[in-house]
Amino acid sequence: MRRYSAFAIAREAARYHTGWERAWRSPKPKKKYDVVIVGAGGHGLATAFYLGKNFGITNVAIIEKGWLGGGNTGRNTTIIRSNYLQDPSAAIYEKARSLYETMSQDLNYNVMFSPRGVMMLAQTEHEVRGYERTAHANALQGVTTEFISPERVKELVPIMNINGPRYPVLGALWQARAGTARHDAVAWGYARACSDMGMDIIQKCEVTGVRQEGGNVTGVDTTHGQIDCDKLAMVVAGNAGHLAEMAGFRLPMESVALQALVSEPIKPCIDVVVMANTVHGYMSQSDKGELVIGGGTDGFNNYTQRGSFHHVEETVRALVETFPIISRLKMLRQWGGIVDVTGDRSPIIGKTPLGNCFINCGWGTGGFKSIPGSGWAMAETVAKGEPGSLAGEFGLNRFTEGRFIDESVAAGVAH
Amino acid sequence: MLILECPYCGVMADETDLHGGGEAHLKRFGPGSSDDDFETYLFHRANPKGVHFERWRHVSGCGKWFHAARNTMTLEVYGTYPAQTYEPPKELVAKIKKKHPEWGGWK
Repeated sequence: MRRYSAFAIAREAARYHTGWERAWRSPKPKKKYDVVIVGAGGHGLATAFYLGKNFGITNVAIIEKGWLGGGNTGRNTTIIRSNYLQDPSAAIYEKARSLYETMSQDLNYNVMFSPRGVMMLAQTEHEVRGYERTAHANALQGVTTEFISPERVKELVPIMNINGPRYPVLGALWQARAGTARHDAVAWGYARACSDMGMDIIQKCEVTGVRQEGGNVTGVDTTHGQIDCDKLAMVVAGNAGHLAEMAGFRLPMESVALQALVSEPIKPCIDVVVMANTVHGYMSQSDKGELVIGGGTDGFNNYTQRGSFHHVEETVRALVETFPIISRLKMLRQWGGIVDVTGDRSPIIGKTPLGNCFINCGWGTGGFKSIPGSGWAMAETVAKGEPGSLAGEFGLNRFTEGRFIDESVAAGVAH
Repeated sequence: MLILECPYCGVMADETDLHGGGEAHLKRFGPGSSDDDFETYLFHRANPKGVHFERWRHVSGCGKWFHAARNTMTLEVYGTYPAQTYEPPKELVAKIKKKHPEWGGWK
């Protein structure tokens, strides 16, 4: 792999950019791999990357039914934060956030991590108490957050109306080192690094069955034929339940559509991420000037990657109340992703009822921010055959044992 | 926009008048049941790509719970029926089966 650098740009500029090589190979699948990872989204690629980097396992295939990073990795609002209430969540999301800080250097790929700060508005007394509690919990967990006053909110985001008639801003939970990153670049950067380690990324290859023998996984049937493996890692989002069914077990989750939209580009007007969970809306401004907006999930199971229109209306209505200057803005694009939501709104990482088959799913509406931490924890689980300290609490067995990591209350709706 | 006919009041209600209640016809387990039964009842949910039977409440209407058969891939609605039953009506199951011969059927 030729490294990207200022020197490389100068060199290529001098020869009409003829020397750039493809970022990753597109090989035919081999007969057998040590590890097959299903899903070449951020989580799957990160799992592969840390398998290679932390454990030296590089005989790995990452198979993907669509194209690389074309699922929820390409369908989110790119927010990265770790201000969670429960200890296991804070640990894994903070690991992810810290890995994002050095990701561009680690991958030699500019993921445009922008630690611009994430502000979660408190607009009811209950939210004030909830966020003050989260700030205290974060202090104990070593995650730097603080509860700030409405005046400080106005100082950080001058375009915000903090005296709205319905829900005035009473304060906010502020994480200064949270922010955003370029979502596609995260997938592309990991893919390039994995390919460089000799791993095979096989796109447009859908899994149609899971092969097993004596309670252990032996391989997968795909649209490109049978691929054998010693260990199988299922790292898919919305379709996790569907894949689990092929392997013969059920998951405690349901798939719903979550949508986002962007406005036409305007001049820079907001340089932090604002989330308003009481009124269901969150917003940030991309480098292109578009306002990136997200809202709530649909209230029923579906796999349509569209989302209900009335959610767009609700989200925009809430944000217009909070940011009156956007009232005349036109919306450019809208999209939906299928998120897999568990009963306690926390992910599942760990072993499955099928031997040598591991699962990483259920990230729900919080998948993008957790990519590197999730990959790190999943790689450890796959390599050692047992979940390590980061993944430990997130096992599938927590539902039988009643050990929930209850973030549905802690994180509010936007996640 | 999803539109369901309320089987009680006959209103064609759109989703803003409704509230989804998740998988229908769950088998309930009470005190003395095994851990596995409790786990299945409390957390495991059918999450099919395709035909799905689910509960809905006509919140901004008559307020009653009813059931609907819906396709999670196409959002097609096959029909709705009252909640006082342990399984979907046979005619409805036959209608869906006729339309999608490859469908595995209810349960």
